[in-house]
Amino acid sequence: MSTLNYDGVNEITEFFTRKSLAGDATLSAQIFKLDRRQFLKLTGMVGSGLMLGFALPRARAHADHVDFNPNGYIKIDQEGITLYAPNPEIGQGVKTSLPMIVAEELDADWTEIRVVQSEINQVAYGQQFAGGSTAIPSNYTKLRQASATARAMLVQAAAEQWNVSSSTLSTESSQVLQVSTGRKISYQDLATTAASLPVPSSESIKLKDPKQFRLLGTRVTGVDNEALVRGEPLFGIDVTVPDMKYAIYQKCPAIGGSVKSANIEEIKQMPGVVDVFTLEGNGNIGELLPGVAIIANSTWEALQAKRALNVQWDETQAAKDSWSAARKEAARLAQENASQVANTGDFDAAMIASTATASGFYQYHFVTHAPLEPQNCTAHYKGDSLELWAPTQTPGSAIRTAANMTGLQPSQVTLHQMRCGGGFGRRLYNDFVSEAAAIAYRSENPIKLQWTREDDVRYDLFRAGGFHQMDGCVDENGKVTGWRNRFITFAPGGRPASSVSGGVFPGGMIDNLRVEQAALDWTHRCAAWRAPGSNVFAFVVQCFLDELAHAAQRDSLEVLLEVLGEPRAIGRGWRGQGMHTGRAANVVKLAAERAGWGKELPKNTGMGVAFYYSHAGHIAEVAEVSVGGEEDTVKNRSGENVVRRKLTVHKVTVASDVGPIINLSGAENQVEGSVIDALSTMMDLSITFENGRAEQTNFDKYRIMRASASPAVEAHFIDTGEYPPTGLGEPVFPPLAPAVGNAIFAACGHRVRTLPISEEGFYLA
Amino acid sequence: MKINVNGTTHELGEINPQTPLLWVLRDHLSLVGTKYGCGISQCGACTVLVDGEVMKSCLYPVSAVGDAQVTTIEGVAAKDGTLTPLQQAWIDLDVAQCGYCQAGQIISAEALMRKNPTPSDDEIDAAMNPNLCRCGTYIRIRNAIKRVADSNKSGQNGG
Ligand code: FES
Ligand code: FES
Repeated sequence: MSTLNYDGVNEITEFFTRKSLAGDATLSAQIFKLDRRQFLKLTGMVGSGLMLGFALPRARAHADHVDFNPNGYIKIDQEGITLYAPNPEIGQGVKTSLPMIVAEELDADWTEIRVVQSEINQVAYGQQFAGGSTAIPSNYTKLRQASATARAMLVQAAAEQWNVSSSTLSTESSQVLQVSTGRKISYQDLATTAASLPVPSSESIKLKDPKQFRLLGTRVTGVDNEALVRGEPLFGIDVTVPDMKYAIYQKCPAIGGSVKSANIEEIKQMPGVVDVFTLEGNGNIGELLPGVAIIANSTWEALQAKRALNVQWDETQAAKDSWSAARKEAARLAQENASQVANTGDFDAAMIASTATASGFYQYHFVTHAPLEPQNCTAHYKGDSLELWAPTQTPGSAIRTAANMTGLQPSQVTLHQMRCGGGFGRRLYNDFVSEAAAIAYRSENPIKLQWTREDDVRYDLFRAGGFHQMDGCVDENGKVTGWRNRFITFAPGGRPASSVSGGVFPGGMIDNLRVEQAALDWTHRCAAWRAPGSNVFAFVVQCFLDELAHAAQRDSLEVLLEVLGEPRAIGRGWRGQGMHTGRAANVVKLAAERAGWGKELPKNTGMGVAFYYSHAGHIAEVAEVSVGGEEDTVKNRSGENVVRRKLTVHKVTVASDVGPIINLSGAENQVEGSVIDALSTMMDLSITFENGRAEQTNFDKYRIMRASASPAVEAHFIDTGEYPPTGLGEPVFPPLAPAVGNAIFAACGHRVRTLPISEEGFYLA
Repeated sequence: MKINVNGTTHELGEINPQTPLLWVLRDHLSLVGTKYGCGISQCGACTVLVDGEVMKSCLYPVSAVGDAQVTTIEGVAAKDGTLTPLQQAWIDLDVAQCGYCQAGQIISAEALMRKNPTPSDDEIDAAMNPNLCRCGTYIRIRNAIKRVADSNKSGQNGG
């Protein structure tokens, strides 16, 4: 349908959606083959055992003091110990948790260290991005190794100064000690000697036994907390550089429309306006759409000019997307066979032989990322270089796209990582950086490009809506024997926004399983959104399992545990850590037990359980809800009559197995936040499209949940010591909606099959 | 035009009187702690105090400030930098995730506590509902406010 080029949009999306589900993604750590002599030091083992080179600033000498700067993460100088946080901070806490890993192996005193966001340096740090809950798993061993190496050098330095064997020495609180003599020396005092030592081979470095961890697993408060409560500038939007101007970029409200004409000369005369020009766009929907740029002396003047701007759009190539038409088409497709993605056993035969069956048409609307900080980027083009300040989750690709926009080499682009006011996947895509670079290229002054909230919603890469025709059956023992998941997705640019596979739950756990997929034409961009794929599949499959348990007249928890079956690994999974049914059953049992599954509940109150595996995390949630009586009949967004009912979510009990916890406070915060985000999203969040335009563009119609509706959240963690840590930014999100949906059914007998559930009349007390 | 922010009077020179206070603070006075989130008075990221009353600054024209005292997040702590009990609770309870909403949250909470040092849960909800948190830190926000409220209560009881 469209001639728009989607390059670069799906690249990342696929990485985060399809592969995370198909379960065979291994993040291809970029290994640089470098001449050892180019580097002062080498350290760090990457999974495969290859050496990762660290480009280092040469040790700087102050009089007789030399800084100890053994790698990109640690600097010890006269000021003290500085730890560098390599990955973007988007609210997932990695500016605190990654340096904690370094401090642990270094035996540095956490209360004394200073944490600084590192610059972008692929050679020193490898890939620096925030996405797919990968920051912890991809850095854990690397950081420990780097830090243990530094520690060994400090110990060796003390051994040489005292002329004793290093084996008699230990470390604690940024000091080397010799217990037998009571001697102590601070890391700072050892820096000069340590800096002169050869780097020990990685094989000689011994990592701590996790049992000896003093810092990891404890509650540590965020390193930026004080700056945040004082309102200090931290975010991209806070950047001010000398002579900076303010830019706004007006694009066609229907994606892909181009500029026919505009009252540019008139706008140029407006107060505070510095320049106005059109940009053609570069034909790549993921980089630069056509539009009109306004540069002014202040944000407000730019916004006023935008308001007065009158553009005639050529919409022949623009999106014509219609949600209502898509829904009709999906309902029709749901009745037909779609193309088969996976097929094990014999689904049809199982249905014929079954004792009871269930069938349901599930659907979910589009949603937008809506990070609270709208997209922005400050850019300064200086002819032979470009300097960027950007709140991005993927600084590496931001540099590449900005270079592309300005005809520079990536090496001529410097990017300063700014704290991100929320990410949720939106800032994996750098269209706002492309725009800032393209505008700065034509501007005398550095510019700060500011998207409005309306821009942020309208030009989002949405979480696609979708539809599932679910059918299944149980045998005479009430065992689930057949399962068919027929998925209808959207295909922007001809490529499915999301894909099911045979690995989607309960793949590998049911004898007769069929998975089918069809796609609808679409233009709006769709992409990774917190826990891609899983964030909606969990609702569909865990609610449908509950439907089957009900059809079998059995307890939902019992059926879920039966489907999980014997403890075994299923698939290789995300980063080689696939789903394990034993880990799954353990979190399910723990959540159920802590929630008091089976206890007597008041009338109209019910409990629901759900499990989902995503991003290598095994998570179970139990929700306890009450549903009010039937109220008046109202029309939902789709124009259907629905009866309003009040929902109260009292409590959500979450059991997670993500391996060892790095920062317990951060982990609990992610659990609470994911529950609230997921509840907010399932209740009332929806973007509908008509005539190629998003119909909700701000928080008046896109109603994020408010504080008073927050349930109590209880977080429990399982760490058996057998698994490495994995990220917690995403996996707690998916099981919430089905846990609540199943609880609603238990409370009142109404089966919700639509997200948001306000479409079925429910509203939060 | 002149306005007083955090105890300091600023001369704004020639400025469109319709300019929302939010952008005056951010672009003209470099007080960027007050945030832009929606521009239509829905999210609370831009909340400031005007003579002690909460005000969404994104729709509040600078000309409306007049002689009133504006307090932004930068002016919440004491002049010597001492944090308020709420700010300290925000740090200790590790409230923030991305942190973008938190300036507005703290301003709303400060306004509540100055009027009502021992608010009930319902009063906390009513005061905080105008402030969205996209990261979902509501539970910790409530706990931080309750912690300060509790210590105010025991302070009162102890005379
Ligand atoms: S920016 Fe003012 S309420 Fe959102
Ligand atoms: S902490 Fe991110 S919006 Fe509140």
